Amino acid sequence: MADTITLQVARYRPDRETAPTVEEFEVPLRKDWAVLDGLNHVKDHLDGSLSYRWSCRMGICGSCGMTVNGEPRLTCATFLVDYAPGPVRVEPLANFPVIRDLVVDIGDFMRKLPQVSPWIVRGEEKPVSEGEYLQTPQQMEDYSQFSMCINCMLCYSACPVYGLDPEFVGPAALALAQRYNLDSRDQGSDVRLDLLIHPEGIWGCTFVGECTRACPKGVDPAGAIQRYKLTAALQTLKSFVLPRGPR
Amino acid sequence: MSTFWWIRRRSYAFFVLRELSAVFVAWSVVFLLLLVRAVARGEAEYRSYLDWAATPWVVLLNVVTVAFLVLHAITWFNLTPAAMVVRLRGRRVPPAAIAAGAYVGWLVVSAVVVWLVVTP
Repeated sequence: MADTITLQVARYRPDRETAPTVEEFEVPLRKDWAVLDGLNHVKDHLDGSLSYRWSCRMGICGSCGMTVNGEPRLTCATFLVDYAPGPVRVEPLANFPVIRDLVVDIGDFMRKLPQVSPWIVRGEEKPVSEGEYLQTPQQMEDYSQFSMCINCMLCYSACPVYGLDPEFVGPAALALAQRYNLDSRDQGSDVRLDLLIHPEGIWGCTFVGECTRACPKGVDPAGAIQRYKLTAALQTLKSFVLPRGPR
Repeated sequence: MSTFWWIRRRSYAFFVLRELSAVFVAWSVVFLLLLVRAVARGEAEYRSYLDWAATPWVVLLNVVTVAFLVLHAITWFNLTPAAMVVRLRGRRVPPAAIAAGAYVGWLVVSAVVVWLVVTP
């Protein structure tokens, strides 16, 4: 095994250049080094001006998503040895505006996320004295997969629909809406329905399925969206058949 | 994004082919409706439909159509488990079983159609 590997890092410093460029760095190739370790080596020893986001280094915080050799990846969970002998191309997440180097503007996602009310909505709260809202293991299983989302936005980066139409609510937000819709303690599915059945909601999704392949936590946003399409279609049918019935 | 964004990745290209297959599904319906119309108009019309259907470009178009129909059906059945969650006696039916069920249904319907066409 060679001692080093070449990182081809996308650079964009709006104060110095008008378009992104690529800069090459030689970093140590170690068995236990992820791409993020390579970037940290660059920052600590080669060029302190390199900008990128990271925090936990263990696939939980969802900060270090970047495009590695064309694929959206968590750089803390993507190992350099898997790309040996290299080079490894590191670019910012696709489909987002770049602020600087590998840092993208995530404002759009942060605006969309609260629109789907990704929290437990109750018609009426029961008093604390009555205790917790209990749930069976099966009720928990219904949504637990969708609750694994770490908001890393790799799915937005993989989704060509989002790339072509930035108004699309997008995979993670829709999967999170479904996470709460499927929660037995939640009563907010009516609140979410209008946004979800909007053309930019679930019906914007053409089921490319790349979000599910990109997801580092096995959330399967594509599955969540298709399941909700079925639910929404049945709801619409019901409102035609029983126009006066409860939604 | 550029017009040819879907060439960049194999999975994107495959997705676009899958979407394109809808055009060929529509064509196969038109082709069948033309057959029905020809049959309704009598034997002479039916014969000329058969002659037209045997011309090289129609045969070529239909060979391509069959390929896209197979792609359409297979991708559809493979995606079914993602949209459907079936519970039997409290347990979730594994996705592979749902897809297998769809394939078995496809085979049964195809067998019935073949039987209808082949039996005199």
